[in-house]
Amino acid sequence: MDRLKNSLLDPRSDSTTTESPENETKNEMPPGRFSRRSFLTQLGAAGVAATAAATAAPLAHAAQSDEKKDERDRGPNTPPDAVPVTLNVNGKTHRVLLEPRVTLLDALRDHLQLFGTKKGCDHGQCGACTVHVNGRRVNSCLSFAIMHQADKITTIEGLAQNGEMHPVQQAFLEHDGFQCGYCTPGQIMSGAALLHEPIGADDNAVRAGMSGNICRCGAYVNIVAAVQQARKASV
Amino acid sequence: MQAFRYSQARSVEGAARLGGTFVAGGTTLIDLMKLNVLEPQQVVDINALPLSQVEDEKDGGLRIGALVRNSDLANHPAVKARYAVLSEALLSGASPQLRNMATTGGNLLQKTRCYYYRDVNYACNKRKPGSGCSAIDGYNRIHAVLGGSEQCVATHPSDMAVAMMALEAVILTSGPKGERRIPLNQFYLEPGTTPDKENVLAPGELITYATLPAASAGTKSHYLKLRDRQQYEFALASAAVLVRTNGGRIEQARIALGGVATKPWRSREAEQVLEGQPATEANFRKAAETAMAGAKALRDNGFKIELAKMAIVRALTVVTGTGAEA
Repeated sequence: MDRLKNSLLDPRSDSTTTESPENETKNEMPPGRFSRRSFLTQLGAAGVAATAAATAAPLAHAAQSDEKKDERDRGPNTPPDAVPVTLNVNGKTHRVLLEPRVTLLDALRDHLQLFGTKKGCDHGQCGACTVHVNGRRVNSCLSFAIMHQADKITTIEGLAQNGEMHPVQQAFLEHDGFQCGYCTPGQIMSGAALLHEPIGADDNAVRAGMSGNICRCGAYVNIVAAVQQARKASV
Repeated sequence: MQAFRYSQARSVEGAARLGGTFVAGGTTLIDLMKLNVLEPQQVVDINALPLSQVEDEKDGGLRIGALVRNSDLANHPAVKARYAVLSEALLSGASPQLRNMATTGGNLLQKTRCYYYRDVNYACNKRKPGSGCSAIDGYNRIHAVLGGSEQCVATHPSDMAVAMMALEAVILTSGPKGERRIPLNQFYLEPGTTPDKENVLAPGELITYATLPAASAGTKSHYLKLRDRQQYEFALASAAVLVRTNGGRIEQARIALGGVATKPWRSREAEQVLEGQPATEANFRKAAETAMAGAKALRDNGFKIELAKMAIVRALTVVTGTGAEA
Protein backbone atom coordinates (compact mmCIF):
# COMPACT_ATOMS: atom_id res chain seq x y z
CA MET A 1 0.00 0.00 0.00
CA ASP A 2 2.85 2.41 0.81
CA ARG A 3 4.52 2.01 -2.56
CA LEU A 4 1.16 2.48 -4.24
CA LYS A 5 0.52 5.55 -2.10
CA ASN A 6 3.94 6.96 -2.97
CA SER A 7 3.33 6.57 -6.67
CA LEU A 8 0.00 8.37 -6.28
CA LEU A 9 1.68 11.26 -4.50
CA ASP A 10 4.38 11.44 -7.15
CA PRO A 11 2.92 10.18 -10.41
CA ARG A 12 6.34 10.26 -12.03
CA SER A 13 7.77 7.70 -9.67
CA ASP A 14 8.41 4.32 -11.14
CA SER A 15 7.40 1.67 -8.68
CA THR A 16 10.58 -0.23 -9.41
CA THR A 17 12.81 2.59 -8.18
CA THR A 18 13.63 3.12 -4.56
CA GLU A 19 14.00 6.92 -4.61
CA SER A 20 11.89 8.63 -2.02
CA PRO A 21 9.33 11.15 -3.36
CA GLU A 22 10.35 13.75 -0.77
CA ASN A 23 13.65 14.26 -2.56
CA GLU A 24 11.92 15.68 -5.62
CA THR A 25 9.98 18.89 -6.09
CA LYS A 26 6.67 18.52 -7.83
CA ASN A 27 6.62 18.18 -11.60
CA GLU A 28 10.40 18.08 -11.95
CA MET A 29 12.49 15.25 -13.34
CA PRO A 30 15.89 15.44 -11.60
CA PRO A 31 18.85 14.87 -13.91
CA GLY A 32 19.76 11.24 -14.24
CA ARG A 33 16.30 10.14 -13.11
CA PHE A 34 15.36 7.05 -15.01
CA SER A 35 11.70 6.15 -15.38
CA ARG A 36 9.79 3.68 -17.56
CA ARG A 37 8.40 6.60 -19.51
CA SER A 38 11.78 8.16 -20.33
CA PHE A 39 13.17 4.72 -21.20
CA LEU A 40 10.35 3.94 -23.61
CA THR A 41 10.46 7.43 -25.09
CA GLN A 42 14.10 6.95 -25.95
CA LEU A 43 13.45 3.48 -27.34
CA GLY A 44 10.91 4.98 -29.68
CA ALA A 45 13.25 7.76 -30.71
CA ALA A 46 16.26 5.53 -31.21
CA GLY A 47 14.34 2.69 -32.78
CA VAL A 48 16.73 0.18 -31.26
CA ALA A 49 16.67 -2.21 -28.34
CA ALA A 50 17.99 -1.11 -24.95
CA THR A 51 21.42 0.46 -25.30
CA ALA A 52 23.74 2.67 -23.30
CA ALA A 53 22.40 5.60 -25.34
CA ALA A 54 18.96 4.95 -23.91
CA THR A 55 20.17 5.16 -20.32
CA ALA A 56 22.01 8.42 -20.99
CA ALA A 57 18.98 10.01 -22.67
CA PRO A 58 16.79 11.02 -19.68
CA LEU A 59 18.57 14.37 -19.40
CA ALA A 60 17.37 15.37 -22.87
CA HIS A 61 13.82 14.42 -21.96
CA ALA A 62 13.95 16.47 -18.77
CA ALA A 63 15.11 19.52 -20.75
CA GLN A 64 11.81 19.63 -22.65
CA SER A 65 9.97 20.74 -19.53
CA ASP A 66 12.01 23.92 -19.02
CA GLU A 67 9.72 26.52 -17.64
CA LYS A 68 11.03 29.60 -19.38
CA LYS A 69 10.27 29.52 -23.07
CA ASP A 70 10.40 32.67 -25.13
CA GLU A 71 11.54 33.64 -28.60
CA ARG A 72 15.06 32.38 -27.90
CA ASP A 73 13.66 28.88 -27.46
CA ARG A 74 12.09 28.87 -30.89
CA GLY A 75 13.78 26.01 -32.67
CA PRO A 76 13.59 24.24 -36.04
CA ASN A 77 10.65 22.17 -34.78
CA THR A 78 8.65 25.06 -33.39
CA PRO A 79 5.62 25.77 -35.60
CA PRO A 80 5.89 29.19 -37.26
CA ASP A 81 2.69 30.54 -35.73
CA ALA A 82 3.44 29.34 -32.21
CA VAL A 83 3.14 32.17 -29.68
CA PRO A 84 4.25 32.51 -26.05
CA VAL A 85 1.56 31.19 -23.71
CA THR A 86 1.72 31.34 -19.92
CA LEU A 87 -0.08 28.63 -17.98
CA ASN A 88 -0.44 28.35 -14.22
CA VAL A 89 -0.71 24.63 -13.49
CA ASN A 90 -0.71 23.11 -10.02
CA GLY A 91 0.71 26.29 -8.56
CA LYS A 92 3.60 26.59 -11.00
CA THR A 93 3.91 29.05 -13.86
CA HIS A 94 4.93 27.57 -17.19
CA ARG A 95 5.84 29.53 -20.30
CA VAL A 96 5.55 27.61 -23.55
CA LEU A 97 5.39 28.32 -27.26
CA LEU A 98 2.07 27.06 -28.59
CA GLU A 99 -0.07 27.38 -31.68
CA PRO A 100 -3.49 28.80 -30.79
CA ARG A 101 -5.10 25.53 -31.91
CA VAL A 102 -3.34 23.46 -29.21
CA THR A 103 -5.99 22.29 -26.75
CA LEU A 104 -5.45 22.59 -23.02
CA LEU A 105 -5.29 18.79 -22.91
CA ASP A 106 -2.52 18.58 -25.51
CA ALA A 107 -0.63 21.44 -23.86
CA LEU A 108 -0.69 19.63 -20.52
CA ARG A 109 0.43 16.32 -21.95
CA ASP A 110 2.66 17.18 -24.91
CA HIS A 111 4.17 20.45 -23.76
CA LEU A 112 4.20 20.29 -19.96
CA GLN A 113 4.78 16.54 -19.66
CA LEU A 114 1.86 16.22 -17.26
CA PHE A 115 0.64 12.85 -18.46
CA GLY A 116 -1.87 12.17 -15.71
CA THR A 117 -4.69 13.80 -17.67
CA LYS A 118 -5.82 11.35 -20.35
CA LYS A 119 -7.12 11.69 -23.88
CA GLY A 120 -10.12 9.37 -24.25
CA CYS A 121 -12.44 10.65 -26.95
CA ASP A 122 -11.00 14.14 -27.53
CA HIS A 123 -14.56 15.41 -28.08
CA GLY A 124 -15.97 16.06 -24.61
CA GLN A 125 -17.89 12.79 -24.54
CA CYS A 126 -15.96 10.69 -22.00
CA GLY A 127 -14.49 12.90 -19.26
CA ALA A 128 -11.04 11.29 -19.21
CA CYS A 129 -9.55 14.73 -19.79
CA THR A 130 -11.24 16.34 -16.78
CA VAL A 131 -9.16 19.01 -15.03
CA HIS A 132 -10.05 21.93 -12.76
CA VAL A 133 -10.01 25.48 -14.08
CA ASN A 134 -10.34 27.90 -11.16
CA GLY A 135 -11.62 24.98 -9.10
CA ARG A 136 -14.34 23.90 -11.53
CA ARG A 137 -14.28 20.69 -13.49
CA VAL A 138 -14.03 21.02 -17.28
CA ASN A 139 -13.09 18.90 -20.28
CA SER A 140 -9.61 20.08 -21.25
CA CYS A 141 -9.98 18.60 -24.74
CA LEU A 142 -12.58 21.19 -25.73
CA SER A 143 -10.67 24.31 -24.79
CA PHE A 144 -7.63 25.99 -26.31
CA ALA A 145 -4.65 26.40 -23.97
CA ILE A 146 -4.25 30.01 -25.10
CA MET A 147 -7.67 30.80 -23.62
CA HIS A 148 -6.48 29.98 -20.08
CA GLN A 149 -3.56 32.32 -19.44
CA ALA A 150 -5.42 34.08 -16.62
CA ASP A 151 -6.64 30.85 -15.03
CA LYS A 152 -5.54 28.57 -12.22
CA ILE A 153 -5.38 25.04 -13.58
CA THR A 154 -5.27 21.92 -11.44
CA THR A 155 -4.51 18.47 -12.83
CA ILE A 156 -4.49 15.07 -11.14
CA GLU A 157 -0.81 15.62 -10.38
CA GLY A 158 -1.72 18.64 -8.29
CA LEU A 159 -4.52 17.19 -6.22
CA ALA A 160 -2.51 15.82 -3.31
CA GLN A 161 -1.22 18.55 -1.00
CA ASN A 162 1.76 18.46 1.40
CA GLY A 163 2.25 14.73 0.92
CA GLU A 164 -1.38 14.00 1.82
CA MET A 165 -3.76 12.31 -0.58
CA HIS A 166 -6.95 14.11 -1.46
CA PRO A 167 -9.97 12.45 0.24
CA VAL A 168 -11.22 11.33 -3.16
CA GLN A 169 -7.87 9.69 -3.97
CA GLN A 170 -7.89 7.93 -0.61
CA ALA A 171 -11.47 6.77 -1.13
CA PHE A 172 -10.71 5.40 -4.61
CA LEU A 173 -7.97 3.25 -3.08
CA GLU A 174 -10.14 2.01 -0.24
CA HIS A 175 -13.08 1.20 -2.49
CA ASP A 176 -11.09 -0.23 -5.41
CA GLY A 177 -12.59 2.46 -7.65
CA PHE A 178 -10.62 1.54 -10.77
CA GLN A 179 -9.48 -1.42 -12.90
CA CYS A 180 -7.33 -0.37 -15.85
CA GLY A 181 -6.98 3.12 -14.42
CA TYR A 182 -7.34 5.05 -17.66
CA CYS A 183 -10.53 6.91 -16.73
CA THR A 184 -9.39 7.24 -13.14
CA PRO A 185 -7.63 10.61 -13.14
CA GLY A 186 -10.71 12.12 -14.77
CA GLN A 187 -13.00 10.34 -12.32
CA ILE A 188 -11.00 11.57 -9.35
CA MET A 189 -10.83 15.15 -10.66
CA SER A 190 -14.57 15.03 -11.29
CA GLY A 191 -15.30 13.64 -7.84
CA ALA A 192 -13.05 16.20 -6.16
CA ALA A 193 -14.91 19.04 -7.84
CA LEU A 194 -18.27 17.47 -7.08
CA LEU A 195 -17.55 17.88 -3.36
CA HIS A 196 -18.13 21.62 -3.85
CA GLU A 197 -21.22 21.37 -6.04
CA PRO A 198 -24.90 21.28 -5.04
CA ILE A 199 -25.50 17.57 -5.61
CA GLY A 200 -28.21 15.58 -3.81
CA ALA A 201 -27.19 13.21 -1.04
CA ASP A 202 -28.31 9.89 -2.51
CA ASP A 203 -26.43 7.49 -4.80
CA ASN A 204 -28.60 8.38 -7.79
CA ALA A 205 -27.58 12.00 -7.41
CA VAL A 206 -23.92 10.96 -7.38
CA ARG A 207 -24.47 8.85 -10.49
CA ALA A 208 -25.96 11.86 -12.23
CA GLY A 209 -23.22 14.09 -10.84
CA MET A 210 -20.52 11.76 -12.15
CA SER A 211 -22.28 11.09 -15.46
CA GLY A 212 -19.66 13.05 -17.37
CA ASN A 213 -17.05 10.35 -16.74
CA ILE A 214 -17.31 7.06 -18.55
CA CYS A 215 -15.59 3.86 -17.37
CA ARG A 216 -15.23 1.09 -19.95
CA CYS A 217 -14.15 -1.38 -17.24
CA GLY A 218 -17.40 -0.76 -15.42
CA ALA A 219 -16.01 0.26 -12.02
CA TYR A 220 -19.04 2.48 -11.48
CA VAL A 221 -20.37 0.82 -8.34
CA ASN A 222 -17.07 1.32 -6.55
CA ILE A 223 -16.65 4.82 -7.98
CA VAL A 224 -19.99 5.88 -6.53
CA ALA A 225 -19.06 4.34 -3.19
CA ALA A 226 -15.71 6.13 -3.23
CA VAL A 227 -17.26 9.50 -4.02
CA GLN A 228 -19.89 9.04 -1.31
CA GLN A 229 -17.18 8.24 1.21
CA ALA A 230 -15.18 11.29 0.23
CA ARG A 231 -18.27 13.46 0.61
CA LYS A 232 -18.81 12.17 4.15
CA ALA A 233 -15.13 12.65 4.96
CA SER A 234 -15.24 16.25 3.74
CA VAL A 235 -18.27 17.33 5.72
CA MET B 1 -7.61 21.11 -37.03
CA GLN B 2 -6.80 23.99 -39.34
CA ALA B 3 -4.67 26.77 -37.91
CA PHE B 4 -6.33 30.11 -37.22
CA ARG B 5 -5.62 33.62 -35.97
CA TYR B 6 -6.61 34.06 -32.34
CA SER B 7 -7.58 37.31 -30.69
CA GLN B 8 -9.30 38.37 -27.50
CA ALA B 9 -12.17 40.85 -27.42
CA ARG B 10 -11.95 43.41 -24.66
CA SER B 11 -15.31 45.11 -25.24
CA VAL B 12 -18.64 44.20 -26.83
CA GLU B 13 -18.14 46.88 -29.51
CA GLY B 14 -14.63 45.61 -30.11
CA ALA B 15 -15.86 42.04 -30.50
CA ALA B 16 -18.34 43.06 -33.16
CA ARG B 17 -15.62 45.01 -34.99
CA LEU B 18 -13.02 42.21 -34.82
CA GLY B 19 -15.21 39.93 -36.88
CA GLY B 20 -14.42 36.23 -37.10
CA THR B 21 -16.00 33.38 -35.17
CA PHE B 22 -16.67 33.98 -31.49
CA VAL B 23 -15.54 31.40 -28.93
CA ALA B 24 -16.89 31.32 -25.38
CA GLY B 25 -17.13 27.86 -23.80
CA GLY B 26 -15.89 26.25 -26.98
CA THR B 27 -17.81 23.03 -26.44
CA THR B 28 -19.54 23.21 -29.83
CA LEU B 29 -16.97 25.18 -31.80
CA ILE B 30 -13.85 23.23 -30.86
CA ASP B 31 -15.66 19.89 -31.21
CA LEU B 32 -16.60 20.78 -34.80
CA MET B 33 -13.23 22.36 -35.60
CA LYS B 34 -11.60 19.01 -34.75
CA LEU B 35 -13.91 17.40 -37.30
CA ASN B 36 -13.15 20.09 -39.89
CA VAL B 37 -16.86 20.86 -40.06
CA LEU B 38 -16.09 24.42 -39.03
CA GLU B 39 -12.84 26.00 -40.17
CA PRO B 40 -12.76 29.64 -39.10
CA GLN B 41 -9.67 31.57 -40.10
CA GLN B 42 -10.15 33.98 -37.22
CA VAL B 43 -11.32 33.03 -33.73
CA VAL B 44 -12.30 35.78 -31.29
CA ASP B 45 -12.26 34.83 -27.60
CA ILE B 46 -15.10 36.72 -25.89
CA ASN B 47 -14.64 35.28 -22.40
CA ALA B 48 -13.32 38.55 -20.98
CA LEU B 49 -16.48 40.50 -21.85
CA PRO B 50 -18.61 41.68 -18.90
CA LEU B 51 -21.61 39.48 -19.75
CA SER B 52 -21.57 36.99 -16.86
CA GLN B 53 -24.31 38.35 -14.63
CA VAL B 54 -27.84 37.17 -13.87
CA GLU B 55 -29.83 40.22 -12.81
CA ASP B 56 -33.40 40.96 -11.79
CA GLU B 57 -35.19 43.38 -14.10
CA LYS B 58 -37.48 46.16 -12.80
CA ASP B 59 -40.56 44.47 -14.28
CA GLY B 60 -39.83 41.27 -12.35
CA GLY B 61 -38.13 39.54 -15.23
CA LEU B 62 -34.57 38.24 -15.47
CA ARG B 63 -31.62 39.41 -17.56
CA ILE B 64 -29.08 36.69 -18.28
CA GLY B 65 -25.65 37.58 -19.63
CA ALA B 66 -24.59 35.60 -22.71
CA LEU B 67 -21.48 34.36 -20.89
CA VAL B 68 -23.30 32.96 -17.85
CA ARG B 69 -22.22 29.31 -17.65
CA ASN B 70 -24.99 26.72 -17.97
CA SER B 71 -24.27 25.29 -14.51
CA ASP B 72 -24.41 28.72 -12.86
CA LEU B 73 -27.67 29.53 -14.59
CA ALA B 74 -29.21 26.18 -13.67
CA ASN B 75 -28.32 26.57 -10.00
CA HIS B 76 -29.12 30.28 -9.68
CA PRO B 77 -31.66 30.81 -6.87
CA ALA B 78 -33.82 33.14 -8.99
CA VAL B 79 -33.98 30.60 -11.82
CA LYS B 80 -34.79 27.70 -9.49
CA ALA B 81 -37.48 29.73 -7.76
CA ARG B 82 -39.17 31.46 -10.70
CA TYR B 83 -38.22 29.57 -13.86
CA ALA B 84 -37.99 25.93 -12.79
CA VAL B 85 -38.37 24.65 -16.37
CA LEU B 86 -35.17 26.47 -17.33
CA SER B 87 -33.17 25.02 -14.45
CA GLU B 88 -34.48 21.51 -15.17
CA ALA B 89 -33.75 21.84 -18.88
CA LEU B 90 -30.17 22.97 -18.27
CA LEU B 91 -29.47 20.24 -15.71
CA SER B 92 -30.76 17.60 -18.11
CA GLY B 93 -28.23 18.56 -20.74
CA ALA B 94 -24.68 17.40 -21.40
CA SER B 95 -22.43 16.60 -18.41
CA PRO B 96 -21.34 18.56 -15.35
CA GLN B 97 -18.02 19.39 -17.01
CA LEU B 98 -19.68 20.63 -20.19
CA ARG B 99 -22.23 22.62 -18.20
CA ASN B 100 -19.37 24.40 -16.43
CA MET B 101 -17.94 25.47 -19.79
CA ALA B 102 -21.01 26.09 -21.95
CA THR B 103 -22.56 29.55 -22.00
CA THR B 104 -26.07 30.91 -22.48
CA GLY B 105 -25.24 32.38 -25.87
CA GLY B 106 -23.37 29.30 -27.00
CA ASN B 107 -26.16 26.97 -25.95
CA LEU B 108 -28.62 28.84 -28.16
CA LEU B 109 -26.21 28.58 -31.09
CA GLN B 110 -25.14 24.96 -30.70
CA LYS B 111 -25.14 22.86 -33.84
CA THR B 112 -27.13 19.81 -34.82
CA ARG B 113 -25.91 16.32 -33.87
CA CYS B 114 -26.83 14.94 -37.30
CA TYR B 115 -24.21 12.27 -38.08
CA TYR B 116 -23.90 13.42 -41.67
CA TYR B 117 -23.45 17.09 -40.79
CA ARG B 118 -20.65 16.08 -38.43
CA ASP B 119 -18.85 13.95 -41.02
CA VAL B 120 -17.32 15.91 -43.90
CA ASN B 121 -17.21 12.73 -46.00
CA TYR B 122 -20.98 12.91 -46.45
CA ALA B 123 -23.10 15.27 -48.54
CA CYS B 124 -24.80 17.87 -46.37
CA ASN B 125 -26.84 20.87 -47.47
CA LYS B 126 -26.26 22.58 -44.16
CA ARG B 127 -22.48 22.42 -44.52
CA LYS B 128 -22.41 22.84 -48.26
CA PRO B 129 -25.69 24.16 -49.73
CA GLY B 130 -26.77 22.23 -52.78
CA SER B 131 -24.63 19.16 -52.11
CA GLY B 132 -27.54 17.01 -50.96
CA CYS B 133 -28.91 15.62 -47.70
CA SER B 134 -27.51 12.25 -46.64
CA ALA B 135 -29.98 11.87 -43.78
CA ILE B 136 -33.29 11.92 -45.61
CA ASP B 137 -32.53 8.58 -47.29
CA GLY B 138 -30.02 7.50 -44.69
CA TYR B 139 -30.04 6.64 -41.02
CA ASN B 140 -32.34 9.26 -39.54
CA ARG B 141 -33.34 8.01 -36.09
CA ILE B 142 -32.38 11.25 -34.35
CA HIS B 143 -33.75 13.56 -37.01
CA ALA B 144 -36.73 15.90 -37.06
CA VAL B 145 -40.40 15.07 -37.58
CA LEU B 146 -41.38 18.75 -37.47
CA GLY B 147 -40.06 21.71 -39.43
CA GLY B 148 -37.99 19.73 -41.90
CA SER B 149 -37.71 20.32 -45.63
CA GLU B 150 -36.59 18.32 -48.66
CA GLN B 151 -33.14 19.74 -48.11
CA CYS B 152 -32.62 19.19 -44.38
CA VAL B 153 -34.17 17.36 -41.42
CA ALA B 154 -31.50 18.06 -38.81
CA THR B 155 -32.78 18.37 -35.23
CA HIS B 156 -31.91 21.32 -33.03
CA PRO B 157 -30.39 19.69 -29.93
CA SER B 158 -30.67 22.34 -27.21
CA ASP B 159 -32.74 21.80 -24.05
CA MET B 160 -32.22 25.32 -22.73
CA ALA B 161 -33.58 26.86 -25.92
CA VAL B 162 -36.78 24.81 -25.65
CA ALA B 163 -37.36 26.02 -22.09
CA MET B 164 -36.59 29.60 -23.13
CA MET B 165 -39.02 29.27 -26.01
CA ALA B 166 -41.80 28.26 -23.60
CA LEU B 167 -40.76 31.17 -21.36
CA GLU B 168 -40.95 33.62 -24.30
CA ALA B 169 -37.36 34.79 -23.92
CA VAL B 170 -36.04 37.79 -25.82
CA ILE B 171 -32.47 37.81 -27.15
CA LEU B 172 -30.40 40.98 -27.07
CA THR B 173 -27.59 41.39 -29.56
CA SER B 174 -24.86 43.83 -30.52
CA GLY B 175 -23.46 44.01 -34.04
CA PRO B 176 -21.95 46.20 -36.74
CA LYS B 177 -25.39 47.79 -37.18
CA GLY B 178 -25.90 48.42 -33.47
CA GLU B 179 -28.13 46.70 -30.92
CA ARG B 180 -31.41 44.90 -31.35
CA ARG B 181 -33.94 42.79 -29.46
CA ILE B 182 -35.10 39.54 -31.04
CA PRO B 183 -37.92 37.49 -29.51
CA LEU B 184 -36.68 33.92 -29.37
CA ASN B 185 -39.63 32.71 -31.44
CA GLN B 186 -38.27 34.86 -34.29
CA PHE B 187 -34.62 33.97 -33.73
CA TYR B 188 -34.42 30.51 -35.35
CA LEU B 189 -35.01 29.69 -39.02
CA GLU B 190 -36.37 26.45 -40.41
CA PRO B 191 -34.06 24.91 -43.02
CA GLY B 192 -36.35 25.39 -46.02
CA THR B 193 -34.10 25.86 -49.05
CA THR B 194 -31.31 27.47 -47.00
CA PRO B 195 -30.37 24.99 -44.24
CA ASP B 196 -27.04 26.77 -43.76
CA LYS B 197 -28.96 29.72 -42.28
CA GLU B 198 -30.06 28.64 -38.81
CA ASN B 199 -30.90 31.97 -37.20
CA VAL B 200 -31.32 35.66 -37.99
CA LEU B 201 -27.94 36.80 -36.67
CA ALA B 202 -25.91 38.89 -39.08
CA PRO B 203 -22.15 38.32 -39.56
CA GLY B 204 -20.30 39.80 -36.58
CA GLU B 205 -23.48 40.09 -34.48
CA LEU B 206 -22.94 38.99 -30.87
CA ILE B 207 -25.60 37.73 -28.46
CA THR B 208 -25.21 39.82 -25.30
CA TYR B 209 -28.21 38.84 -23.14
CA ALA B 210 -31.24 36.61 -22.90
CA THR B 211 -34.12 38.18 -21.01
CA LEU B 212 -37.09 36.44 -19.48
CA PRO B 213 -40.41 38.12 -18.71
CA ALA B 214 -41.66 38.08 -15.13
CA ALA B 215 -43.02 34.73 -14.03
CA SER B 216 -46.76 34.95 -13.48
CA ALA B 217 -47.98 34.02 -10.03
CA GLY B 218 -49.36 30.53 -9.66
CA THR B 219 -47.58 29.19 -12.75
CA LYS B 220 -45.83 25.84 -12.42
CA SER B 221 -43.32 24.62 -14.97
CA HIS B 222 -41.48 21.40 -15.82
CA TYR B 223 -39.04 19.99 -18.36
CA LEU B 224 -39.32 16.34 -19.32
CA LYS B 225 -36.56 14.80 -21.42
CA LEU B 226 -36.81 11.34 -23.00
CA ARG B 227 -33.74 9.56 -24.33
CA ASP B 228 -32.08 6.15 -24.53
CA ARG B 229 -29.82 6.82 -21.52
CA GLN B 230 -30.69 8.59 -18.28
CA GLN B 231 -27.85 11.10 -18.58
CA TYR B 232 -25.33 12.61 -20.94
CA GLU B 233 -27.36 12.29 -24.10
CA PHE B 234 -29.49 14.45 -26.35
CA ALA B 235 -33.28 14.24 -26.34
CA LEU B 236 -35.24 11.91 -28.59
CA ALA B 237 -38.24 13.95 -27.51
CA SER B 238 -38.67 16.54 -24.77
CA ALA B 239 -41.37 18.89 -23.53
CA ALA B 240 -41.15 22.20 -21.68
CA VAL B 241 -44.49 23.10 -20.15
CA LEU B 242 -45.79 26.00 -18.08
CA VAL B 243 -49.29 25.83 -16.63
CA ARG B 244 -51.40 28.11 -14.48
CA THR B 245 -54.52 26.44 -13.10
CA ASN B 246 -57.50 27.75 -11.19
CA GLY B 247 -59.80 25.28 -9.45
CA GLY B 248 -58.78 22.39 -11.67
CA ARG B 249 -59.15 24.43 -14.86
CA ILE B 250 -56.19 25.52 -17.00
CA GLU B 251 -55.99 29.31 -17.22
CA GLN B 252 -52.77 29.50 -19.23
CA ALA B 253 -50.52 26.91 -20.81
CA ARG B 254 -47.27 27.01 -22.75
CA ILE B 255 -45.84 24.02 -24.55
CA ALA B 256 -42.50 23.76 -26.37
CA LEU B 257 -40.86 20.66 -27.80
CA GLY B 258 -37.28 19.53 -28.19
CA GLY B 259 -35.57 16.65 -29.96
CA VAL B 260 -38.25 16.44 -32.65
CA ALA B 261 -37.88 19.59 -34.73
CA THR B 262 -35.41 21.60 -36.75
CA LYS B 263 -35.67 24.40 -34.21
CA PRO B 264 -37.06 24.69 -30.65
CA TRP B 265 -40.75 24.13 -31.32
CA ARG B 266 -43.50 26.11 -29.61
CA SER B 267 -46.98 24.69 -30.10
CA ARG B 268 -49.57 27.44 -29.71
CA GLU B 269 -52.18 25.13 -31.24
CA ALA B 270 -51.75 22.67 -28.39
CA GLU B 271 -51.92 25.50 -25.85
CA GLN B 272 -55.22 26.71 -27.28
CA VAL B 273 -56.69 23.24 -26.89
CA LEU B 274 -55.90 23.39 -23.17
CA GLU B 275 -56.79 26.92 -22.19
CA GLY B 276 -60.04 27.10 -20.23
CA GLN B 277 -60.32 23.33 -20.08
CA PRO B 278 -60.16 21.01 -17.06
CA ALA B 279 -56.69 19.62 -16.33
CA THR B 280 -57.44 16.01 -17.25
CA GLU B 281 -55.41 13.36 -19.01
CA ALA B 282 -57.94 13.29 -21.83
CA ASN B 283 -57.37 16.98 -22.49
CA PHE B 284 -53.62 16.57 -22.21
CA ARG B 285 -53.85 13.85 -24.82
CA LYS B 286 -55.95 16.10 -27.10
CA ALA B 287 -53.31 18.82 -26.80
CA ALA B 288 -50.56 16.32 -27.58
CA GLU B 289 -52.36 15.08 -30.71
CA THR B 290 -52.75 18.67 -31.86
CA ALA B 291 -49.10 19.46 -31.24
CA MET B 292 -47.92 16.57 -33.41
CA ALA B 293 -50.62 16.81 -36.08
CA GLY B 294 -48.21 18.07 -38.74
CA ALA B 295 -45.40 15.65 -37.92
CA LYS B 296 -43.80 13.73 -40.80
CA ALA B 297 -42.03 10.45 -40.12
CA LEU B 298 -38.86 9.44 -41.91
CA ARG B 299 -37.71 5.84 -42.18
CA ASP B 300 -36.22 5.58 -38.67
CA ASN B 301 -37.78 8.31 -36.53
CA GLY B 302 -41.52 7.66 -36.69
CA PHE B 303 -41.50 6.54 -33.06
CA LYS B 304 -40.78 10.15 -32.09
CA ILE B 305 -44.30 11.22 -32.96
CA GLU B 306 -45.93 9.05 -30.29
CA LEU B 307 -42.99 9.61 -27.94
CA ALA B 308 -43.42 13.38 -28.15
CA LYS B 309 -47.14 13.05 -27.44
CA MET B 310 -46.34 10.98 -24.37
CA ALA B 311 -43.78 13.54 -23.27
CA ILE B 312 -46.41 16.29 -23.46
CA VAL B 313 -49.01 14.25 -21.56
CA ARG B 314 -46.51 13.21 -18.88
CA ALA B 315 -45.09 16.72 -18.46
CA LEU B 316 -48.55 18.22 -18.11
CA THR B 317 -49.51 15.50 -15.63
CA VAL B 318 -46.47 16.27 -13.50
CA VAL B 319 -46.86 20.03 -13.60
CA THR B 320 -50.55 19.97 -12.72
CA GLY B 321 -49.99 17.37 -10.02
CA THR B 322 -52.85 15.33 -11.38
CA GLY B 323 -51.14 11.99 -11.55
CA ALA B 324 -48.35 9.79 -10.23
CA GLU B 325 -44.84 11.21 -9.84
CA ALA B 326 -42.91 11.47 -13.10
